[in-house]
Amino acid sequence: MRYSPEEILQTIKMVSNENFDIRTVTLGVNLSDCSSPKEDELCENISHKLHSAAKNLVPEAQRLEKKYGVPIINKRISITPISTVMASAVAKSDVEEGTKVALNVAKTLDKTAGELGIDLIGGYSAMVHSGLSHSDEVLLESLPKVFSQTSRVCGSLNVGNSSVGINLDAINAAAVKVKEIAEATKSQKGFGAAKFVVMCNAPEGIPFMAGAFHGYGGAETTINVGISGPGVVKNAVAALDAGADATEVSETIKKITFKITRAGELVGKELASKLGTTLGAVDLSLAPTDKTTDSVAEILEAIGVECAGAHGTTATLYLLTNAVKTGGAMATSRVGGYSGAFIPVSEDSAMNAAVKDGSLSIDKLEAMTSVCSVGLDMIAIPGTTPWQTIAGVMADEMAIGVMNNKCTGVRLIPVPGGKEGDDVDFGGLFGKATIIRMSKRSSEKFVTRGGRIPAPLHSIRN
Amino acid sequence: MAKELAVVTAFGKDRTGLVAGVTRALAESEVNIEDLGQTIMQDMFAMMILVDISRCKCDFETLQKRLAEEGNKLGLQVLIQHKDIFEYMHRV
Repeated sequence: MRYSPEEILQTIKMVSNENFDIRTVTLGVNLSDCSSPKEDELCENISHKLHSAAKNLVPEAQRLEKKYGVPIINKRISITPISTVMASAVAKSDVEEGTKVALNVAKTLDKTAGELGIDLIGGYSAMVHSGLSHSDEVLLESLPKVFSQTSRVCGSLNVGNSSVGINLDAINAAAVKVKEIAEATKSQKGFGAAKFVVMCNAPEGIPFMAGAFHGYGGAETTINVGISGPGVVKNAVAALDAGADATEVSETIKKITFKITRAGELVGKELASKLGTTLGAVDLSLAPTDKTTDSVAEILEAIGVECAGAHGTTATLYLLTNAVKTGGAMATSRVGGYSGAFIPVSEDSAMNAAVKDGSLSIDKLEAMTSVCSVGLDMIAIPGTTPWQTIAGVMADEMAIGVMNNKCTGVRLIPVPGGKEGDDVDFGGLFGKATIIRMSKRSSEKFVTRGGRIPAPLHSIRN
Repeated sequence: MAKELAVVTAFGKDRTGLVAGVTRALAESEVNIEDLGQTIMQDMFAMMILVDISRCKCDFETLQKRLAEEGNKLGLQVLIQHKDIFEYMHRV
């Protein structure tokens, strides 16, 4: 037989017992040519372009799920950062008037995504690392309304990169908005904030939400794939002898990641070809869900720390991320997006359990983000946290990314009325979170200095 | 006509007529068997069949449903997946 029974059964077991899936196929759509100074025309152009580019996305992806027997959990769209697309439509309005246009654009995106059977559409975004344009200011101002009045739209701000440094003014504005978004979605426990991420060095070709956008360097359309399979990796590590050394653990993760990534590439290539486009990026990030057995924290525990947060956690996460990248890079020449390991607290039941019992602090999570992607993700914080403290967290995280030439992000949810230790359920894939302890010390004097932290010097590395 | 290969996998409690039931369903759909292997794993019957679906009378999804229905009658879980998934995942 061309394939051994072990190979065939391993593939089937990965899907049926270990939650192996393609986490997302995301169609990037370039909306640059939709611009118009007229609001109605802009919205019509966007709707028309998305319909024509993505009409077959969901049915074709569903066909491939059946053909290969591998579930594709999410089918999504990312678009050109909308601030650029709507710039000419808001050019002659003040910020307040412009916000109405922006909200109309967001509602168009939301409605169109619904018509196409898409659960989330990413790219309600702006690149503000060097400063804010008028259109960026409009976008920023519109965020609380957009995330409370739409359900499918996700957005991001890129507030820093390694060649220009960190825009503290943009961070401050974003931190204020995060609180306003949470307050505007109070009835959903501040869930609106889960649809917004602040990043630095944001890579083009991200398939995952909330950070997905279609890069300025991209073609008309492209398919980006996010693979998954923390459960598969965990079981492979758990099956090793207790005496296996760190190199053997790494080898095991590399081999299994190769297989997972190949499945992602196969599906991505074929889907791209069916949609008449090309495969952009295969994002190697291991993305957990709140199902038990589908957890990144459990992999770290299988490698050997008693619980995520114990000393050694950062090293095990480095071992994991590095092995995933090495195995994945062998499997596809299209590595892109975040490509690390996600540590979203609410979406990873074991990660959240560690927060709940006090084993995992926000400080340790921050340390962990220096060796993985994509930063402090899906962390519920007390609703009373001052915006200056949120800005301090964002600035810390951007410093790690900008200094180390990597993407980092912050997606915090200040739960209105929520106190440290309270449990919050966001529902579905977004999971449950225990509100984490934040430092009570003030960051105000620092963050309100504003301005830009200069780009890092990379010739003297210590 | 170029071959189009897929892998049929059937698992379940061992009993008489399992191979006959699954292969009959394949034959009736004009699906040719290229290779066949079976094993007993932890008291469970597991059969893997490499098939050519290029002359299949129905589309892939209909064949998939047909095999699943036949499996239900026999107390088996029957899957069919395009061979590329195994080729991609297990071969460099």
